[in-house]
Amino acid sequence: MIKLTDYMKAIDAVNFTPALDIGVIELEGAYVCDMLSDVMGSAKPKQAWITIMKHLNVVAVASMTGIPVIVFAKGNQPDDTVIDKATEEGIALISSPHETFVLAGKLYQMVKS
Amino acid sequence: MADYWNIAPGMENALKECFSREVEADVTLEFVIPEKDFNNAGKGSSEVKNLLKRLGVDSEILRRIAVASYEAEINVAAHSVGGKMTSLIYDDMIHIKFEDNGPGIADIKQAMVPGYSTADDLVREFGFGAGLGLPNIEKNSDALHISSEAGQATLVEFLIFFS
Repeated sequence: MIKLTDYMKAIDAVNFTPALDIGVIELEGAYVCDMLSDVMGSAKPKQAWITIMKHLNVVAVASMTGIPVIVFAKGNQPDDTVIDKATEEGIALISSPHETFVLAGKLYQMVKS
Repeated sequence: MADYWNIAPGMENALKECFSREVEADVTLEFVIPEKDFNNAGKGSSEVKNLLKRLGVDSEILRRIAVASYEAEINVAAHSVGGKMTSLIYDDMIHIKFEDNGPGIADIKQAMVPGYSTADDLVREFGFGAGLGLPNIEKNSDALHISSEAGQATLVEFLIFFS
């Protein structure tokens, strides 16, 4: 298990939900997908969700599935309505300039080492 | 109307009775689901989830209820002209019914096949339409009933027990 904050340093991430205490979030892996139903069918709690989708429904999907953090790849940034909803639901939103392959690879390395 | 049931063998009578309980539910919640309104689809599931969380339902069971319910809500918004969600909460289970106003499912068996979808481009743009909605509902519920046919209203209802 690794700390989200350590992962964020490794991927040069910015945090869009400063109102949440992201220091308590721990990860044991990630689910990588842009199809929402597949995420709901297969993602597990304690996994980050790496995606390029950034509309309002991703927050609902994370909330229903029990995902603590959404990682937006390639510098994608959610708008304010999405950030407000995520803050309300307690879902952390972070964004990294790196591509999905790199984001998943770094997390895999950190979790396995 | 064509009917589809997913009930564990040997449990048919007991579970079908649970779908038509005569005793009144402890709590009944109703939400309207407008056509193609993906920003609001999910509100019903979210309220049900929050209420059950306050009532102390186990987190893994809560996750199953939330996923099945959200998938069904999205289905009504994505595929029908609109409908409603009715949640009947008892002390031992939740029974959620999704009733829409058509246009119905022509072949329910085919709709249950993972990957099969009739979703339009708008629905797919939102990241839905993977053809996994109904299979996810089946996977996460203890019993599922679908009643529909082409040109008619659709009823999707499922039961999830709290223990």
